[in-house]
This record gives sequence, C-alpha cells and structure tokens, in this order.
Amino acid sequence: MSALLPLRLAEVSFHAGGRVILDRVDAEIAAGPRSVILGANGAGKSVLMRICHGLLAPTSGAVQWSEAELPRRPRRQAMVFQRPVMLRRSALANVVYALKAAQVPRAERRAHAVAALAHVGLGHLAEHPARVLSGGEQQRLALARAWALKPEVLFLDEPTANLDPSATKEVEGIIAAIHAAGTKVVMTTHNLGQARRIADEILFLHQGRLAERAPVERFFSQPGSAEAAAFIKGELPWT
Amino acid sequence: MPPLRGGSPLNSIAEALASALGLITTWDPRLVEIVALSLKVSLSAVLFATLLALPLGAAVAVARFPGRHGVIVVLNALMGLPPVVVGLVVYVLLSRAGPFGEWGLLFTPPAMVIAQTILILPIIAALARQAVEDAWIEYQDQLRSLGVSGIAAALTLLWDIRYSLLTAILAGLGRASAEVGAVMIVGGNIDGVTRVMTTSIALETSKGDLPLALGLGIVLILLVLLLNAAAFLVKEAAQRKYG
Repeated sequence: MSALLPLRLAEVSFHAGGRVILDRVDAEIAAGPRSVILGANGAGKSVLMRICHGLLAPTSGAVQWSEAELPRRPRRQAMVFQRPVMLRRSALANVVYALKAAQVPRAERRAHAVAALAHVGLGHLAEHPARVLSGGEQQRLALARAWALKPEVLFLDEPTANLDPSATKEVEGIIAAIHAAGTKVVMTTHNLGQARRIADEILFLHQGRLAERAPVERFFSQPGSAEAAAFIKGELPWT
Repeated sequence: MPPLRGGSPLNSIAEALASALGLITTWDPRLVEIVALSLKVSLSAVLFATLLALPLGAAVAVARFPGRHGVIVVLNALMGLPPVVVGLVVYVLLSRAGPFGEWGLLFTPPAMVIAQTILILPIIAALARQAVEDAWIEYQDQLRSLGVSGIAAALTLLWDIRYSLLTAILAGLGRASAEVGAVMIVGGNIDGVTRVMTTSIALETSKGDLPLALGLGIVLILLVLLLNAAAFLVKEAAQRKYG
C-alpha cells in the first residue's frame, strides 16, 4: 500500500460570511515529524485542520493527498476534536463502533478495542457509559478510538483546551506514544508551552495566513516573522 | 344534552362519578371491551406510524436535497391535521366507490388504525426530525471523520437518541388516543365493533349516560398519565445511566 502522505495544500482559501478565514495557504505536510499548527484564537487553525481532514471544502485552492482515499473504503486518517463526541454506549462499544465503521472484521474488533483502551489507561472503565466519563477520560477515550483505527495521519484539534493540567499531561503522553508508534501527528494549539513539548515543526498561522514554518527550536529562538516574534513575546509570560 | 335526572345537579354529578368509579373498580365488561379496543387501535397506529416516521424524520434531518425546507414546513404543518379531515379522506378512500373500496375495511378497526396512523405519522416524523437534526449538529464532524454517512449515520443517530424519541412517540400516542373525529367517521362507532373510548364518551354524554362517559374519561386520563409517567421514568433512568 502506498502512503497518504505527503499532503499538499495549494493556495487554500476559505471564506465564510464575507470574512476571509484562510488566505492562500501553501504547505506540504510530510510523514515523520510532529507538526503543530500554532496561532491565536481565530487564526484559522481549526478550519485549516478540518479542510485537511475533509470535513470542510476550501473556497478555493487544492488539497491533495499523495494517494486519495477511496469512497466506501475505510478512512486512513483520524481526528480528535477539542470536545470529544461520544455515543450513548459503553467506552468499549464506542471504540468497537469506530472499528466497525473502518470495516475491521467483527471477530477482531473487541480485541483491538480492548488493547486501545489499555494503551490510554482506560481498561478498567471499558464497560462504563462513555458520556458519563470525566472530560479527561473522554478525551483519552477519543484518542483510543482514533488510535485503534491505526491511521496513517492523526489530526488533533486543540485536544487539551478543555482539560486541567494533569489530564493535559496524560493526553500529551498518549500523543507521544501514538507518534512513537509511527502515526503522523498533526495538532493545533494556541499554547506555546504545549507547542514546545510536542512539536517537531511549527506552522504558525496569523489571521488566516501561514506566516511562518520552522523547526521548533528555531521557531522559538529565532522567529523569522514579526508576527511570530510578537506572538511568542506576548504569550510567554502566561505559559 | 338532556338535563340530568332528579335531585340537584351537583348531587347527580356526584352520583355519576360514584357509579363511574363503580364501573372501573368492578371491571365492567362493557367498559373493559371499549378500553381494550381503544388501546388496540391506538397502539397499532403508533406502531405503524413509528416504523414509518422515524426513518422519514431521520432521512429529512440528515439528507440534503432540493426542496428539503419545503418538506420540513409541510411536515410541521401536518402535525396539526384536523382528525375529521383525515377521517373524511380515509372514508372516501375506503368507501365502496373509493379506490380501496373492495378491501371492505370501512367501519372496521383496521380502518381506524389506518386513519390514526395517517394522523400521527407527521407528528412523530416532525418531532423525530428535530431531535435527529439536533443530534446531527453535535455528531456530524465525528461521524464523517469516522467515515460514517447516509443511512448508517441516520441509524446511529436514531439509536443514540432513542430515549428522546420516546417523547415523540408519546406525543403520537396522546394524539391517537384522544382524537374522536377520525375514528368516528371511519369506524362508525358501532357498538361492540368499532366503539372506542372517545366515541363512546361523545355518544354516552349525548344520551345522558354520564356514569359510563365519566368512567371512560377517567380511564382515558389515567392511561395517558400512566404512559407519560412511565416514559418519563425510563428517560430519567437512561439520562442518568448514559448521559
């Protein structure tokens, strides 16, 4: 099987209600390094990620995977949202549901799901109804659900924005493990500390434009754009 | 309505109420028969209407097609269908000269089921449409991310909000068991054959047999209360369990 990556974005723009959310973004996202899309609220991070994942169509421009996903075939990319959406069934059944959607044979689903829950430390809560779990547990469950699918690319949209520090730490640990297992991680955040901890490379969005792209050390030590420098300076005291 | 016989009106009403309770507590065969037929007709109508309305409501909620807004407006408007008009239309269709006259269904319980099904289908479908659409707004990104769309998505949503749909189904049952116009026209209110609670109440009241009318009225209200209480408890329990 050839690979989905690299993903090429060519002149991707998105307009909504007369406002420009994304303005001609050009980027290539390759396999390997953890890419973090950094930017202030309203910079267009979530929209860019949704366009990459195929949940939104760009107003203009092209989104091209190295090999296109086929309709009616299992998806080869997954996404974890800021607020996890769980079905009214057990934690385990939520993972099994995703495996069924991914056309995993029935006999294998349960074992995969159990393993995924164990990976995120939720094995003991497998039979609990998913929607009554805490916010941090639900987000770990969302990660387990995505991980069980063994995606080539995992998109994470501000996965810790609603979590307390200890839950954030657990989620970041799981993201590191998913990366170590060979899945390409693409994440959005507005949190500089988190970007430093997770990123290999930074894509800095400012008012809908890709203002800068750099390896993480260089981005923080020698930002190449005035916008990035201001963002780092403005944000640092609070992180 | 003929005046009540003998004594002051208040006494007569008290007497009627007492004999009504007597009919209920002694399981008066006439009353039991009427209640049983009512339940059979209305529950059958709810069953058929639900089977048709839930997929219809979910499809309108999830699918995007030209004229969708028109369909939603019509569906919502049909919630207020006047029962007598539904009864009239079904009467025309099932009458000897009508297109389905040869089935010989007019003035039988099946005709009443058909009429009530038509009456409550839009109610259940419109309420289900709203509930599924609200859920779709919450779930759609996640489901599309997982590659779930179309019929599979609609079924997932229906199952996930199954306890909320109880309310829609109950609204249909309430309408079916309370309406009198449609069953009166297509059933004909024939004693022992098509006489249900509402048509009996109308008839007995005009005949002046208040005990039976009141007794049936009390049973009708109790049944509706009971069903709603049960549905409420089920929904509460589910909410606590599944969130």
